[in-house]
Amino acid sequence: MEGLNIPFNHILLVACLLFSIGLMGLMIRRNIIFILLSLEVMLNASALAFVAAGAHWGQADGQIMFMLILSVAAAEVAVGLGLVLQVQRRFKSLDMDNANRMRG
Amino acid sequence: MSELIWLIPITPLLSSVVLMLLAGKFPRALIAVLGSGSVGISALVTLFFAIGFLSNPEPVQITYWTWMQVGNFAPTVAFYLDGLTLVMMSVITGVGFLIHLFSTEFMEDDVSYARYFAYLNMFVAAMLILVMADNLLLLYLGWEGVGVCSYLLVGFWYQNPSNGQAARKAFIVTRIGDTAMALGLFLLFSELGTLDIQAMGEAAKTNWVIGDTMPVIACLLLLGGAVGKSAQLPLQTWLPDAMAGPTPVSALIHAATMVTAGVYLIARTHELFLFAPPAMMAVAIVGLATSLMAAFTAMTQHDIKRILAYSTISQIGYMFLALGVGAWAAGILHLMTHAFFKALLFLGSGAIIHCLHHEHDIFKMGGLRTRVPVIFWSFMIGSAALAALPFTSGFFSKDQILLNAYLMPGVGPWLWFGGLVGALLTAIYSFRLVFVVFFGEANTEPDKAPGKRMAIPLIVLCILALVGGVFTIPVAQVFPDVGEQHPAMWVEMVSIAVPLIGVGIAYLIFLSKQLNVDGLVNSPVGKGLKRFWFSHWGMDWLYDHLFVKPYYGISAMLSSEPIDGVYNLIVSINQKLNEWLSQSQTGRMRGYIASMVFGLIFVMALSLGVL
Repeated sequence: MEGLNIPFNHILLVACLLFSIGLMGLMIRRNIIFILLSLEVMLNASALAFVAAGAHWGQADGQIMFMLILSVAAAEVAVGLGLVLQVQRRFKSLDMDNANRMRG
Repeated sequence: MSELIWLIPITPLLSSVVLMLLAGKFPRALIAVLGSGSVGISALVTLFFAIGFLSNPEPVQITYWTWMQVGNFAPTVAFYLDGLTLVMMSVITGVGFLIHLFSTEFMEDDVSYARYFAYLNMFVAAMLILVMADNLLLLYLGWEGVGVCSYLLVGFWYQNPSNGQAARKAFIVTRIGDTAMALGLFLLFSELGTLDIQAMGEAAKTNWVIGDTMPVIACLLLLGGAVGKSAQLPLQTWLPDAMAGPTPVSALIHAATMVTAGVYLIARTHELFLFAPPAMMAVAIVGLATSLMAAFTAMTQHDIKRILAYSTISQIGYMFLALGVGAWAAGILHLMTHAFFKALLFLGSGAIIHCLHHEHDIFKMGGLRTRVPVIFWSFMIGSAALAALPFTSGFFSKDQILLNAYLMPGVGPWLWFGGLVGALLTAIYSFRLVFVVFFGEANTEPDKAPGKRMAIPLIVLCILALVGGVFTIPVAQVFPDVGEQHPAMWVEMVSIAVPLIGVGIAYLIFLSKQLNVDGLVNSPVGKGLKRFWFSHWGMDWLYDHLFVKPYYGISAMLSSEPIDGVYNLIVSINQKLNEWLSQSQTGRMRGYIASMVFGLIFVMALSLGVL
C-alpha cells in the first residue's frame, strides 16, 4: 500500500461525484436501462467510499460492506432486468413515463 | 263473595281479545252476541253487586296482587268499591250495553264488524278498570287504555285521511293533559308516599295544611289531566273533531263515559282538592268558562253531531263547576243524568244519520216528526233533559249545581249567573235542533226506519232520561257532608224559569218564526260573531298559529341539520385538501426522486445549520 498514496479526501470527492452523476441520471433519464445503470453507479460510489474509509482507518468493516453491496447490486440487477423485460413487453417501450398508469 | 268483582272488567276484556284474534271466521250474529253479550254480563254482575251494596253500604277493597315492588313504592292491583264507583260502573255497563245493542244494528253493513266490537269491548274494560282502581297508578292504566281505544275508534274509518287526522288530534291533545297528570302522580307520591287513594286522603290530613302551595300544585296537575280527558278549556279542541268516529262511539266514549273520566278523577281525589281551595276555584272557573264558550258555539253549528259535541263540552263544564264549588254529589248526579240523556241524543242522531243516507246537516233534515216518531220522542225527551226542563232528569242535577254555585261564599252569585246564561243557551240550542230537524218542511226522506235493536235502547234511555234524576245515588258516604242549605226562593224560581224562557225563544225563532233575527245575524257584527263562535272562539286557529305552525317552522329549520353543518365543513375542508395534494401524485418516478432529493437537501441543510 506504500506506492499508492492518494489522499482520503480525494477519494471521497470522487465517490461524491460518482454518486451525484448517478443521482442526476436517475432524475433525468427516462429510459429504464439508463435508470438501472445510474443506480449501479450510485451503489458503486457508496462502495468506493466504504473501501476508502476502511483503508483510511485500517478496519476490515469497509471491505465487508463492499462485498455486501456487490451482492446486493448483483441481486438488484437480476430483478431489475426482469422488470425491464416486463416493461418492454407491456408497454412496448422503455420509457418510464409511460408506466404511470397507477399514478403513484 | 266480593272477590268476584274481577268478573266485571274481565268479561268485556276477554271478549275483546277473542274478537281480535278469532273473529275473522265468526258469523256476524255470533260477533254481535259476543260483543254486546259480554257487556250485558258485566251489567248484570254490576247490578248484582249494586243490590248487595245498597243493602249493606260498606266500601269494599279487594287486593289481588302487588303490581310491582320498587323500594317503598308498591302499587297493588286492587279494586275499591264504594257508592261513587258503583254509580260509574252502573253507567258504564248499563249505558254501555244499550249502546252495544244499538251498534249491532247500526254497524251491520260495516266490513269491520268484529274490529268495531273488539275496540268497543276493550274500551269498556279499560273504563271499568279506571273507575274501579284502588290506586292512582291502576287508574292511570285504565286512563291510558281508554285513550287508546278512543283513538282507535275515532279513526275507525281510517280509509278517510281526515278521520285519521281527527284521531291523532284527539290522542295528542289528551296526551298533553296526561303528561300533566303523570307529573301530578309523581309529585303526589313524593309528597304523600303512596298512590293508594284512601291512604292518600289519610296522609294528606297529616302532611298538608289548607293554604300550602304543594297541594295546589299537585291538584292543578291533576286538573290538567282532567281537562285533557274531559275536553275542558284549554284542551277541548279535540272533542268536536272526535265526532269523525261512528255515532255509537260518540255516544259511549265522547259523551257518556270517557269524557267524564276527568270529573270522576277530581271527585275521587276530592280529599286532596279540599286542601287546595285555589285549585278548586280553578276547577269551577274552567268549568264555567268552557260551558259558556261551548254553548255559544253550539248555537251556531249545523252539523248535528257537532252541536251535540259542543253541548257535551258545555255539560261537562257544569260538572266541573259543581266539583269546583264543592257540590260533589251534584256533579256526579249530573254525570249520571248526562250520560243518560246525551247517550240518548247521540243514539238518536245516529239513528237519523242511519236513516237519512248519512246526512249530518240539520238544515237538510226537517219534518221528521211524523216519519220517525221513535227518534222524535227520543230527541224531545233528550233535549228536554239537556235543557233541564222541570221533572226531567237533567233538571234535578243541573238545578242542584246552580243552587250550590249560588251558595258558594264570595263569587257564588256570579257563578250562578254564568251558569244561568249557559242554561238559557242550552235550552235555545237544544230546541233549535229539535225544531229544525223534526218540524217544518221535509228536505230529505228517510229510506228506512230504525229496527228493534235500535229502538229498544232508545226507549230504555228515554225512560232513564226522564226519571233518572229521582234516583238517590249512594255517594253520601263518599263525600263530605255539605249540609242542607237553601238559597232564597227567587233564586230557585229563576233557575227553573230560565230554561223555559230559552225554549220559548227557540220556539219563536225557529218554529213560529215570529221573532225574526235575520237582520241581527246578517249585520256585520252579527256575521263576525257568528263566524267567531262557529270556529269555537278561534281556538283551533289560535293553536294552529301558536303551536302547530311554529312547530312546523322549527322542524323545517332543523330538517336542514344546522349542527351537522359544522361537521360537514370539516369533511369538505379535508376533501379539498386531498384534491389539492393528490395533484402531486403524477405517477412519474423522476418527479418523486427529484422531490426526495430536494427534501433530503433541505433537511440536511437544516440539520447543518445552513438555513
